[in-house]
Amino acid sequence: MTAPLDAALHRQARLSVSVALALLVGSGLLLLLGLGIGSTGVESLIAMRDDPVALQIVRDIRAPRAVGAWLAGALLGLAGAIAQGLFRNPLADPYLLGSASGASLGVAVALVALGATPHADAWLPRFGLTGAAFVGATAAVFLTLALARGVQQTMRLLLAGVVVGVVLGALGSMLLMLQPAVMLSMQAFMLGSTGFIGWSGCAVMALVWLACTPLAASLSRVLDALSLGEATATSLGLPLPRLRGILVATLALATGAAVAQTGLIAFVGLAAPHLVRSMLRTTHRRFLWLSSLMGGVLLLAADTLARWLIAPQELPVGVLTAVLGGGYLLWLMQRRVAPGVS
Amino acid sequence: MSAAAVGTSFALQARGIHASLGQVPVLHGIDLDLPRGRWTSVVGPNGAGKSTLLKALAQLIPHAGEVRLLGQSLCDLPARDRARRLAWLGQNESSGDDLSVWDVAMLGRLPHQDWLAGPSTADGVAVEQALRATQAWEWRARALGQLSGGERQRVLLARALAVQADVLLMDEPLANLDPPHQSDWLGVVRQLLTQGRTVVSVLHEIGFALHADDMVIVAQGRIMHQGSCRDPATHRQLEAVFDHRIAIVPVSDQWVALARGAHEP
Repeated sequence: MTAPLDAALHRQARLSVSVALALLVGSGLLLLLGLGIGSTGVESLIAMRDDPVALQIVRDIRAPRAVGAWLAGALLGLAGAIAQGLFRNPLADPYLLGSASGASLGVAVALVALGATPHADAWLPRFGLTGAAFVGATAAVFLTLALARGVQQTMRLLLAGVVVGVVLGALGSMLLMLQPAVMLSMQAFMLGSTGFIGWSGCAVMALVWLACTPLAASLSRVLDALSLGEATATSLGLPLPRLRGILVATLALATGAAVAQTGLIAFVGLAAPHLVRSMLRTTHRRFLWLSSLMGGVLLLAADTLARWLIAPQELPVGVLTAVLGGGYLLWLMQRRVAPGVS
Repeated sequence: MSAAAVGTSFALQARGIHASLGQVPVLHGIDLDLPRGRWTSVVGPNGAGKSTLLKALAQLIPHAGEVRLLGQSLCDLPARDRARRLAWLGQNESSGDDLSVWDVAMLGRLPHQDWLAGPSTADGVAVEQALRATQAWEWRARALGQLSGGERQRVLLARALAVQADVLLMDEPLANLDPPHQSDWLGVVRQLLTQGRTVVSVLHEIGFALHADDMVIVAQGRIMHQGSCRDPATHRQLEAVFDHRIAIVPVSDQWVALARGAHEP
């Protein structure tokens, strides 16, 4: 039985439902668009009933890539929303616990060890890179937690994340200096790309997303309570240490899964929650879902654009998310400041 | 309210409370009995440890010593049970700017709700009552970030009231409130007392603190005095603890604190 809400409160609920629907419809349209864009153009989509090659292009290259871009974006959007709620800091992003530099170092090690490139078709190097990125990201988060001696003090956790980021980043750079041959492959990873996602990657990300999003949403009232301050949250009887631990684990898992498949996609995790916030203000239960959907739309849109802008060539999607996300966020900031000035 | 608590006449009992902020010891062995169904105000100079004392009583900071809530040791009481019986309202806590007023007040119902269950009808009623009591009902759909400091304080007060706890600890509840709403707060406290609840408030405005039933005077992390707000001995202690820079005098049927100039005798 739920409490009867009056009209004023219903409006807020309706608004978040409409935004969610808009994001879902947007995702659908972008997915279709994504199927039609590529080096062989939209003809592949039209010809795919009769032409096995066209079918293969759409089914095995474009479809997993579009779906994967959406899933990676959704994971990053979710992780960003968790991070900003958990650290009560609008600048928090999914990489702040060291996942990014950990993943880079993991990939650098794998590249040097396996002599592989992301373009390699062989199963082992491909799996090795994804696995190395995931292991690196997870290990870096554990290192951060160890340095911060747990999840209790958020400021300490943030600082430890910065330290781990710098140190692991330096180690990664050193490795590259010793083995300049892998520099180019490494650069591709650092910029982030959706080009290497296969159906297996999609499946992994989908599983992680389906596990993490409901889990985080079920803990959303903790994030709501935390926004009133840690002491107030504690006074409400919440077992903060345990809940915070679960949320950090969710954040790390979602980020690690996305980074492993796509490399370091810039800005989606930071921008998606802010975009949602610019449309409506709501509780974390809705905010987490909406940020996740927004992240999916954002990365899928950027990916589609990246493939279309200079087709048949393509731009690294990470460059586009950085430019577009950064630009839009800047515009939002300007818009928010403007009324106060005039 | 709770059957288990019938036996004791004290809402809160503290024994040997020591607490530190960082490396600095703030509370030095506090022994305190706060009577049930009464309003006790906690006063003292800046930095005396009033807020720390309240946090220690509410189990929000680590401390040595024992606190009993309605006769029951808080060490043995699960956090959720404690949260249902003891509500705490802090000062200068960050506030969730994105949450609506309704959502903020509903957080006060967290100790009463199951993890995955939504708010019950009883929760909705409690939240509405609390928001109406602090005249915040009109803005229930607005975001907390769109409110002024005083309006926000009234919403946070409603959040604490919505818990419907037997014991309510409030740290500077009058911060940012204009005089009419300060009077309204007095009304809210009186109503809580008629329901048999216990109120403990840290107040820096001595005039308001003297409206309470009892007063606890804290200085340098120790209890200097505890007594009725009408007792002349309490007034003398109050003047002493503020270096005789204030005078407690009767005006119509109230006690008020007047500031004395530094050079007056």
